[in-house]
Amino acid sequence: MTMLPENPSQKKLGLVIDLDTCVGCHACAVSCKEWNSGGHAAPLPDTNPYGKDPDGVWFNRIHTYEVSQPELGPTAGQTVHMPRSCLHCESPECVTVCPTGASYKRAEDGIVLVDEDKCIGCKLCSWACAYGAREYDPDGGVMKKCTLCVDRIYNENLSESERQPSCVTTCPAGARHFGDLGDAESEVSKLVDERGGFDLMAEIGFKPTNKYLPPRPKTNSGSSYRPLNIDQQATPDSRFLKWVDRLFSR
Amino acid sequence: MHPALSVIIFTTASGTGYGLLLLLILLNINGYLPASRGLGIAGFGISLTLITVGLLASTFHLGHPERAWRALSQWRSSWLSREGVVAVATYPVALMFAIGWIFLGNTSGIWGLSGFAAVLLAGLTVACTGMIYASLKTIPQWNTSLTPINYLALALTGGAVWLMALTQLFGLGGNLPALLSVILLPLAWALKQSYWTLIDKVPGQHTIGSATGLGALGEVTLLEPPHTEPNFVQKEMGFKVARRHAVKLRKTAVVLAFILPLAFTVGVLLTGGLLATLLALLAAISMVAGLLTERWLFFAEATHVSMLYYGNKG
Repeated sequence: MTMLPENPSQKKLGLVIDLDTCVGCHACAVSCKEWNSGGHAAPLPDTNPYGKDPDGVWFNRIHTYEVSQPELGPTAGQTVHMPRSCLHCESPECVTVCPTGASYKRAEDGIVLVDEDKCIGCKLCSWACAYGAREYDPDGGVMKKCTLCVDRIYNENLSESERQPSCVTTCPAGARHFGDLGDAESEVSKLVDERGGFDLMAEIGFKPTNKYLPPRPKTNSGSSYRPLNIDQQATPDSRFLKWVDRLFSR
Repeated sequence: MHPALSVIIFTTASGTGYGLLLLLILLNINGYLPASRGLGIAGFGISLTLITVGLLASTFHLGHPERAWRALSQWRSSWLSREGVVAVATYPVALMFAIGWIFLGNTSGIWGLSGFAAVLLAGLTVACTGMIYASLKTIPQWNTSLTPINYLALALTGGAVWLMALTQLFGLGGNLPALLSVILLPLAWALKQSYWTLIDKVPGQHTIGSATGLGALGEVTLLEPPHTEPNFVQKEMGFKVARRHAVKLRKTAVVLAFILPLAFTVGVLLTGGLLATLLALLAAISMVAGLLTERWLFFAEATHVSMLYYGNKG
């Protein structure tokens, strides 16, 4: 149904991604790719993976940006890694443009999904997505996107700690958080409040659910690098060696 | 945006087809064109063939064309669905009018009504096609009312020029189709030029800073893309036409779609007989080439905001 749910519940499941702690290792991307080799959206295609024109569908892709602050100095700035995947927007135009009803937003938790039995692969949803979150599977002839691991989060076959999106459990830097952004008391909502979590391309008006935590302000107290003082280290400790040192210093 | 051949052929062929159908019916029910059987067969044959070829071409880029019928279901929210509904609805009423014209020599009464419905639905179909593109906030160049307006103007103008060629071949309709063309061509040219003037205005609303949300921290540039080979999104939306190339192509489109057809149409009005017919046919051929160029540019000059993440500047 490509009309947005009439009575959506308060629950807005989504991710909070900490741009301050993300180290750009891409483990989340690989983990997502692996999890989705089975389950809801599987399999994700990989054509010519070792060949001339490798191509494939990934739900999560990590970009690295350089943010420079020339007013602070010629080398002032920082590197920011940005994992990009479906933001499960509140006003997703990828849902409303779909002509077949394959693209839909769940009323119970706000997750945006593709019904692969209805999708005709017209790709209009990928045109409507500002974030490049939807990709076409040339093998299956349908569109695919981040499912917020809908096949993990409610899955009673997994232990409770595993009932989170695969990218969240995998992140070694603890930069990814999952929860209900519609609940003001949830961990993720508190994180967003404390750290000033923001929307990507907020001005386009799709109202992303996923939030990004900005890099924390860096102190500009100059470099903390101090060169190793070798002269001091060269002073011998023992009395004997001190005598030898005096001997050769005459 | 990657100019996909199937979509270019679809919108140009079906657009011209709907324009021709619309004007053919309109001029007949208003008494300007007689219901001559030959003209009817040629007119409806060509217009409906163009429309059908166009619609079929658009299904070629589908992953599951066998499920295309589902695309008629979401007309409440989707312009693509609405276009499908009106496109399909045009057929029965157009065919009914065509049957009245060709087999019964009757285009009044119930046949006339079906013709009127066909005119309306043909116009709506072209408008919906334009709205599919115009409704996308992610492609700022298309996000203007000039998009559906241009789609309509070019469909009508293309239809008028083809109608002129057809009626010249059958020696019917007098000067009217040529007069229509001579009015519509400069109008369509002006509208197309307004669109190009609009999209040339910079700066855009969205920047790499707003896309990443890091603009508040400083100047943002892409340091490392997520992968070394282009992905689906980049192949679909990342097409960029060089500025100087686009300028040349715009001039080409203007010459082929507007200037030459206009010159040939004036020739039709000033001459007669075989020469006029030849000029009219040349106008129609030139129009086709011009429309294909214009449509290619429509896609090639459009940029998608998701490319900001891959290092496009705003």
